[in-house]
Amino acid sequence: MTLVQHVLHKYPETGRDNLIPILQEIQTAEGYLSKKSILEVGRHLDIPASKIFGVATFYNQFRFEPFGVNHVQVCRGTACHVLGSSTVLQELEKHLKVKAGQTSRDGLFSIEVVACIGACGLAPVICVNGEFHAKVTARSIKEIVDQYKTRGE
Amino acid sequence: MDFTININNKTIVASSGETILEVMNRNGIRVPTLCHIKNALPTGACRMCVVEDNKTGKLITSCSFPAEPGMSILTHSPRVVESRKTIIELLLSNHPDDCLYCVRNKNCELQDLSEELHVTERRIRGIKNKANLDLSSSSIVRDPEKCILCGRCVYVCEEVMGVACIDFINRGNKSIIGTAFHQGLNTSSCINCGQCVMVCPTGALTEKNHFAQIQEALNNPSKRVVVQYAPSITVSMAEELGMEPGVDINGILNAALRKVGFDHIFDSSFSADLTIMEESAELIHRIQNGGVLPMITSCCPGWVKYAEEFAPEFLPNLSSCKSPQQMMGAIIKSHFAAQENLKPEEIFSVSIMPCTAKKFEAQREEMTREGISDVDAVLTTRELTKFLKLFGVDMFNIKPELVDSPLGFRSTAGKLFGTSGGVMEAAIRTAYHSITGKEMVEFQVPAIRGFEGRKETKININGLVLGVVVVNGMANAKVLLDEIRGGKNDVHFIEIMACPGGCIGGGGQHIGTSDEQLKSRMNALYRIDETERIKVSHKNPEIVELYKEFLGKPLGHKSHELLHTHYHEREVVK
Repeated sequence: MTLVQHVLHKYPETGRDNLIPILQEIQTAEGYLSKKSILEVGRHLDIPASKIFGVATFYNQFRFEPFGVNHVQVCRGTACHVLGSSTVLQELEKHLKVKAGQTSRDGLFSIEVVACIGACGLAPVICVNGEFHAKVTARSIKEIVDQYKTRGE
Repeated sequence: MDFTININNKTIVASSGETILEVMNRNGIRVPTLCHIKNALPTGACRMCVVEDNKTGKLITSCSFPAEPGMSILTHSPRVVESRKTIIELLLSNHPDDCLYCVRNKNCELQDLSEELHVTERRIRGIKNKANLDLSSSSIVRDPEKCILCGRCVYVCEEVMGVACIDFINRGNKSIIGTAFHQGLNTSSCINCGQCVMVCPTGALTEKNHFAQIQEALNNPSKRVVVQYAPSITVSMAEELGMEPGVDINGILNAALRKVGFDHIFDSSFSADLTIMEESAELIHRIQNGGVLPMITSCCPGWVKYAEEFAPEFLPNLSSCKSPQQMMGAIIKSHFAAQENLKPEEIFSVSIMPCTAKKFEAQREEMTREGISDVDAVLTTRELTKFLKLFGVDMFNIKPELVDSPLGFRSTAGKLFGTSGGVMEAAIRTAYHSITGKEMVEFQVPAIRGFEGRKETKININGLVLGVVVVNGMANAKVLLDEIRGGKNDVHFIEIMACPGGCIGGGGQHIGTSDEQLKSRMNALYRIDETERIKVSHKNPEIVELYKEFLGKPLGHKSHELLHTHYHEREVVK
């Protein structure tokens, strides 16, 4: 039994009532929602794939690509915003050649935008694989992620 | 329960359950709408229909707000007009203003409303929508830049057609309407019916245009360009031309097409007769030899693709007959070509159809022989009007002419293909004759006529009781298929048309067709059936001749080679 089948097994009824919990469980188990698992959920619940995709893209919590080896969370909360986190994010996207919510082709990096990490005193702040980096700037961010690049290899 | 409400200081009777918009429409008070679709659950998404509640001073959406006793409504107060205007200005702020180059220029609800609300300057400057054109489908072009997110296509695709290949994706100002995983329409479950095009208020959804290929062929002296037009075309083009709805422009159309330069003009109603000969023979064969029943028509390419995707277990039930368009195409590039001493590749075959899915059907692999398509290009009714304009044909000053013969003469049974129930009625007439050797006393089958989404009756042919069902609108077909899956077994023959009303309501017809116009088209077809003499396919002299000269007999060897095909399950994202 695959992970998705295992999740679906718990929800025998068709219809959209259980759609979001199912998607959440699949994401927890697999780290993201693959096309294959969305189609499988659709068949199980008898909901068109476009509807599931519509629901899943509505919420920020769902991602459609697996995490990279290094997962970078960029805080875009108010304090970080005021201290320039939008430039940080821009530079990071440019540097890693990948947009927020996506994973780089080599699978090394993924970027996620989060609303507030709760470390406003350290703004602007990013979090890579659970490690916090405080008061990042457009310049320092490149050095920070480059460290992980070599570590990942 | 009836009560009174006050609209614009006039007392008006409303009944409970009615929305304010319905009350207003009933009383001839017009407020603009965008996202509203008649009989659909209101969404209130566009807020175009706002009216002012005089008591609370609130602006409420009349499409979704139920009328309440003692209400006092203002429909055109300064506040209301101003807010409607702002809505349009906001919609225009990120809309590409390339109206001059837009296929819907002068036939666009957004354009009409901005004119109506007197938007004359650009007050709000937004960042223009940026999105890629989806050209992947062979029938429908999607331009998300022009989309105003009214959601009418999403409603029609899900509720009327039961397909749901598009939905709202993302959220807030990132919202778009798109397919699952942002794939092209061609790999989605889209059945190409074109009903989304029919409801789209802007140019975000249009059909794929074949003008260039047709013009090139017309200008190529080594190509013989032939054209066929579908049964419903002559009765549904009047609105496009600004004539009375339901006028049959048969002769005028022949003359116009000749003026454009088509070498031969044929009538798909002739090949509809041919379809009936084959299909009724197939039905009788299946009944007498224990074949797969119920047999289901396969004239509608939207339904065929639906079956391939959603109901592959019913593919053996589908009649193996090709649709009239493809039968005509096959006969043109075989029998006609031989008669004219032409090679199939020297013929360019155009068809005029009320349908976007026919564009998809024409390029299907099953519809080619030795790599040559039987039909090369398809024009919709809308496109035909534009095409005639391009060639400067004045449809109001033209003498009617006759269609070319052979392959042009039709019975009225073939003509009935244009409306829901028509294929069934025509097939019954010929099947009756095949079984009993006699003609029916009364040709009309009233039980399967008219607009209902589902019509069902029993036909008694010499003691053989045939259960027949006619459905239009894929959602209705879905219900019927589920019933058959659940064990319904009193049906022998089913006609399924994807579009509501059949081909007269097809996805290639005039945009903005009202129910009354649809009715007048249907009545026009019934009138033709009443007034003309040859009412059955098997009495069509040219059909008789074609069988004698070329095909032999229905379901014969030649027929199998040219007029029949088989469909296979299709893997799509659904």
